[in-house]
Amino acid sequence: MKRYSSFAIVREAFRNHSGWKKAWESPIPKKKYDVVIVGAGGHGLATAYYLGKNHGITNVAVLEKGWLGGGNTGRNTTIIRSNYLQDPSAAIYEKSRSLYENLSQDLNYNLMFSPRGVMMLAQTEHEVRGYKRTAMANALQGVPTEYISPEKVKELCPIINISGPRYPVLGALWQARGGTARHDAVAWGYARKCSDMGMHILQQKEVTSIISKNGRIGGVATTGGDILCDKLCIVVAGHSGALAEMGGFRLPLESVALQALVSEPIKPVMDVVVMANTVHGYMSQSDKGEMVIGGGADGYNNYTQRGSFHHIEETVRSLVETFPMISRLKMLRQWGGIVDMTGDRSPIISKTPLENCFINCGWGTGGFKAIPGSGWATAEMVASGEAGPLASPFSLNRFKEGRFIDESVAAGVAH
Amino acid sequence: MLLLNCPYCNLSCEETEFQAGGQAHLKRQSVGSSDQEFESYLFARKNPKGVHFERWQHVNGCGKWFHIARSTVTLEIFGSYSAQTLSPPKQIRVNINKKLPEWRWESSK
Ligand SMILES: Cc1cc2nc3c(=O)[nH]c(=O)nc-3n(C[C@H](O)[C@H](O)[C@H](O)COP(=O)(O)OP(=O)(O)OC[C@H]3O[C@@H](n4cnc5c(N)ncnc54)[C@H](O)[C@@H]3O)c2cc1C
Ligand SMILES: [Zn+2]
Repeated sequence: MKRYSSFAIVREAFRNHSGWKKAWESPIPKKKYDVVIVGAGGHGLATAYYLGKNHGITNVAVLEKGWLGGGNTGRNTTIIRSNYLQDPSAAIYEKSRSLYENLSQDLNYNLMFSPRGVMMLAQTEHEVRGYKRTAMANALQGVPTEYISPEKVKELCPIINISGPRYPVLGALWQARGGTARHDAVAWGYARKCSDMGMHILQQKEVTSIISKNGRIGGVATTGGDILCDKLCIVVAGHSGALAEMGGFRLPLESVALQALVSEPIKPVMDVVVMANTVHGYMSQSDKGEMVIGGGADGYNNYTQRGSFHHIEETVRSLVETFPMISRLKMLRQWGGIVDMTGDRSPIISKTPLENCFINCGWGTGGFKAIPGSGWATAEMVASGEAGPLASPFSLNRFKEGRFIDESVAAGVAH
Repeated sequence: MLLLNCPYCNLSCEETEFQAGGQAHLKRQSVGSSDQEFESYLFARKNPKGVHFERWQHVNGCGKWFHIARSTVTLEIFGSYSAQTLSPPKQIRVNINKKLPEWRWESSK
């Protein structure tokens, strides 16, 4: 693989860009792999990457029913932060956020990671107390966050109306090293490195059933024939329920639609990410100038990647109150993704009732930020057969044992 | 926007009048149930890619809970019925089979 560099750009400029190679191969599938990963979203690809990088396992295939990064990884609003409340969450999200800091260099791929700062507005007394508590929990966890005043909010983001009629801004939880990254680039960067390590990324191969014998994994049947493996890792977000059914078990998950939208591009107006959980909306500005907006998830199970229109209306209505200057903006595009919600709003990284079959799911509305850390932790579990310190609190057993990792406050709005 | 029929008001109304309440026909567990039974009652869900039986409440109407059968793939609704039943009534199953001849009712454990 040729390295990407400024020198390469100059070199290619002199030869009509004829020397760029394909970023990843589309090889003929083998009959059998050591590890098969189902789902080429960010989490599946990151798991493959760290299996190779940290554990030297490269006889790996990643199976994808559509195109890589075409699931939620390519549909999200790219907020990255680690200001969660519970210790296990802080550990994995902060691991992830800190990996993002150097990931462009590690992958030799520009992820446009932009730690521009994330603020979560407190607009009720309840939220003020909640975020002060989170800031203190974060201090104990070693995650730098800060509770800031309304004046500071206004200083950091002048377009916010802090004296709003219904929900004045009373303060905010501020994480200066939170931010955004280019979502497609995260999938593409991992895919390029995986392919370089000799792994097979097999697109348009939908897994249709799981092959097992005596409770032990054997492989999968796909739309392109059977593929055998020693270990299987299911990383399919909203489709986890369907894969679990193939494996003969049930998950504590429901799949619902979450939508986002972007406006026409405008001149720079805000250089931070703002989330308003009480009114259920959040916004940032992309490098192209579009305002990227997200809101709440639908309440009912859905696999159509199409949500209810009234949710968009509610999101925009509440944001107009907080950011009056967007009231005349035209919206350009709107889309949806199917997110996998658990009862405690925390993910699942776990063994399953099938031997040598592992699962990573339940990231729901907030797993983009977790891609590197989750891939790291999942690779560790798949390689050794046991969950390591980052992953073990997120096992499926927690639902039986009543050991929830309750992040319903931190995850308040879908992001 | 879904259009739902409240079997009590006998009215077809927009989704914004209702609130979704998750999978229907769960068997309630109580004193004497095992951890496994509690786990599946409280958390494990069918989450099917296909026909889903679910609870809805007519929050901005009569306030009552009822059930519907709906496809999570096409968003088509096969009918609504009273919540005072352990399984979907015959008419609902017939409606589903008209569209999906292979489909069979399995009660959730
Ligand atoms: C609108 C929206 C906004 C969001 N905003 C944020 C945000 O701001 N910050 C944040 O951190 N998170 C956000 N998220 C959540 C985030 O996008 C997800 O948690 C994350 O991308 C999940 O990644 P994944 O790799 O697990 O899943 P995906 O990217 O969905 O990948 C799963 C892949 O599995 C494939 N697959 C499914 N079934 C099969 C099968 N049978 N065979 C083969 N392949 C299969 C799918 O095609 C898909 O490509 C948002 C999500 C949405 C929808
Ligand atoms: Zn009614």
